[in-house]
Amino acid sequence: MQQSHQQHGEHRSAHLAHQFDTLDQQYQSGKLGIWLFLVTEILLFAGLFCVYAVYRANHPDIFIYAHRFLNKNLGALNTAVLIFSSFTMAWAVRAAQLGKKRALVNLLAITLLCAFIFLGVKYVEYQNKWKEGLLWGTHYHPIEEAAPSGEAAPADSAEAHYTGPPNVQVFFGIYFLMTGLHALHIIAGMAIIGWVLVKARRGAFSPSYFYPVDYAGLYWHLVDLIWIFLFPLLYLIR
Amino acid sequence: MNTVSSPVPPAAAEPGHAPSYLQDGHGIKSWIMTLDHKRIGVLYLISILAAMFLGGLFAMLIRTELLTPAKTVMEAETYNRVFTLHGAIMIFLFIIPGIPAALGNFVLPLMLGARDVAFPRLNRLSWHLYVIGALFAVYSLIHGGADTGWTFYTPYSTTTTSAVVPITFGAFILGFSSILTGLNFIVTIHRFRPPGMGWFRMPLFLWALYATAIIQVLATPVLGITLLLLIVERVLGVGIFDPTLGGDPVLFQHFFWFYSHPAVYIMILPAMGVISELVSTFSRKHIFGYKAIAYSSVAIAFLSFLVWGHHMFVSGQSPMANMIFSALTFSVAIPSAVKVFNWVATMYKGSIKMDAPMTYTVAFILLFGIGGLTGLFLGALATDVHLHDTYFVVAHFHYTMMGGVLMAFMGGLHYWWPKIFGRMYNEKLANIASLMIVVGFNITFLSQFIMGSLGMPRRYYNYRPEFASYHQWSTAGAFLQAIGFILVAVYLIHSLRRGRLAPANPWGSATLEWRCASPPPTENFATQPTAGDPYDLKPLVFDPKLGGFTYRAESAEGVA
Repeated sequence: MQQSHQQHGEHRSAHLAHQFDTLDQQYQSGKLGIWLFLVTEILLFAGLFCVYAVYRANHPDIFIYAHRFLNKNLGALNTAVLIFSSFTMAWAVRAAQLGKKRALVNLLAITLLCAFIFLGVKYVEYQNKWKEGLLWGTHYHPIEEAAPSGEAAPADSAEAHYTGPPNVQVFFGIYFLMTGLHALHIIAGMAIIGWVLVKARRGAFSPSYFYPVDYAGLYWHLVDLIWIFLFPLLYLIR
Repeated sequence: MNTVSSPVPPAAAEPGHAPSYLQDGHGIKSWIMTLDHKRIGVLYLISILAAMFLGGLFAMLIRTELLTPAKTVMEAETYNRVFTLHGAIMIFLFIIPGIPAALGNFVLPLMLGARDVAFPRLNRLSWHLYVIGALFAVYSLIHGGADTGWTFYTPYSTTTTSAVVPITFGAFILGFSSILTGLNFIVTIHRFRPPGMGWFRMPLFLWALYATAIIQVLATPVLGITLLLLIVERVLGVGIFDPTLGGDPVLFQHFFWFYSHPAVYIMILPAMGVISELVSTFSRKHIFGYKAIAYSSVAIAFLSFLVWGHHMFVSGQSPMANMIFSALTFSVAIPSAVKVFNWVATMYKGSIKMDAPMTYTVAFILLFGIGGLTGLFLGALATDVHLHDTYFVVAHFHYTMMGGVLMAFMGGLHYWWPKIFGRMYNEKLANIASLMIVVGFNITFLSQFIMGSLGMPRRYYNYRPEFASYHQWSTAGAFLQAIGFILVAVYLIHSLRRGRLAPANPWGSATLEWRCASPPPTENFATQPTAGDPYDLKPLVFDPKLGGFTYRAESAEGVA
């Protein structure tokens, strides 16, 4: 009935931490742990989605007016970049499971590159908002020339000088909070992928030990998924 | 280190077999960089006791100031900061991490017969984050402290000039510490249960820690984002909670209580788990209604997410929302009462031994009963309008938080003290101290129920002279409690060097942590124990030679 509790030294893989009995137990524990962590991440963002829902339900006019100042093309580009990076990340996990070291390193590098592209595009977008004075709360001072992009500007001059409903800064506050927190998660994801990449180059992973790649991948998919919700909610509303 | 496992008696805890975790490594670094769950538990214990001392000091300052209707010892602004710090320190640094992170960390892997928690490094990180968060709170204290009350309500918290950001940031970091502990416990309970321990063979303390961990993981991130919003509001002027910028201050209250109401169950659930262990052991009886207690923990965890609106009955919620929240609040009474009835039924016809842990258990059942039932007064809409923000509310939550959680913490501390440090404390002094604390507690807070129902508002610096006698009683009770707690500190510290060496199983409990030595070796168990019924106390008999309990000779293998 009683199992031998300690098998230190006998048949213990170098990857097996002392508190676990088997590699499978370790893998399953890590997997449950990372999923729980993802739940906490979702709930962290849930607060901001809640803020979004409350203000949009109470003041839809603000959102409809202000969202046109966001650049849909850049947003769409970033969405495509992130979806592609999710694909390369998933492929990287598969490569790790099959023990294909070269493919793993290359795919992780492409994923990391996509993250850099995403942040670069985001930087351009933020810079434009900064120049146009379209910032949050007390920093909202739109300059005259700031015009909605993406959609054709209203033709008649009366509407062209329309400065929008009161409290437009609420939208930009929410925009910067949500995309800013998301960008911080992108940066954290880049650090994790970078760390996995370094380990992968050293040949740390094998078909029997690929867990860190798997966990990093799950995290990266969540970060992508949050953006997939942010893009339509902020850029594509009617 | 050990030979091939053989069917040895489970109580085979020969001292000197392996060095205890206390001896395994010396020096500061071997402690603060440890990965051993037992050492992390002790580090947490020291930290939260320090926080409790600090919070208690502020409590005494509050009670001293309120001795007279006008100024007694401090200015009004100082008083505001003192009650804020009392609340914030007691909630975030003592009660929330108290039982799960200190006692839970030590006991949980032992109860599972495991070597450690699933993620020892996360566990250590959790304590490091706790210390960093606590340092932010101290930093805020040096800079004069915040004066918002522990709830940080907007718009006051976004406009006051006091040091709100450091203490808020500290609470934000403490939230992560709490999340990591919860995550670790959930995974450990899922993956580390030993052979023979199905879900319904788990000790009820583990059920309670599991339910707690679920709330920690699900609710704490919402507090994280709320406090982050408050910080960016103050630092950058985002305006989400600022009406002049189109924001809504009541939204903060919703967010805050969406975490902070479940958080009161983060506090009370592990306390209920401790009580379930103690009531069975010290009644020498199998726990009554095991499944009902287990399910009620989960039910409380579930309902805890649906009642936050009862903090905002007078904040301009719609009458419909008020009624729904009121009805849901009443429903929490059902699983709570299920537990109380089962504990009382466990005691019924038991052979009750009033050692200090049991004194605290009985106090818990009585005081939590009062605290819980007065919660129904506050959950009822009409009475709440009258009682809202009065001392009645203060007394109610002190009966649940202090009369409930603190009593259970004290009971658990005394119960596991021999296991943690390998020494017995002075039982007679412990009983005297527990009596002083319980009597002092009731003097302090019963008077607050009365003055609250008469209309004395909470948080006031001065008050009308007709409330003076109630306040004086309350202050006198607080000083009696303080003497009791000092006495506890004296005999516990004394026991560390002079106490009688503890046997492996001083109380005769059947849960697994009592099958390893006191204090346990670093690896906990020489061979993985097989779990049986955690409340089958019959095979355990007292052995005067050991000074503790052991399994009857004919059933030497216990339940293995």
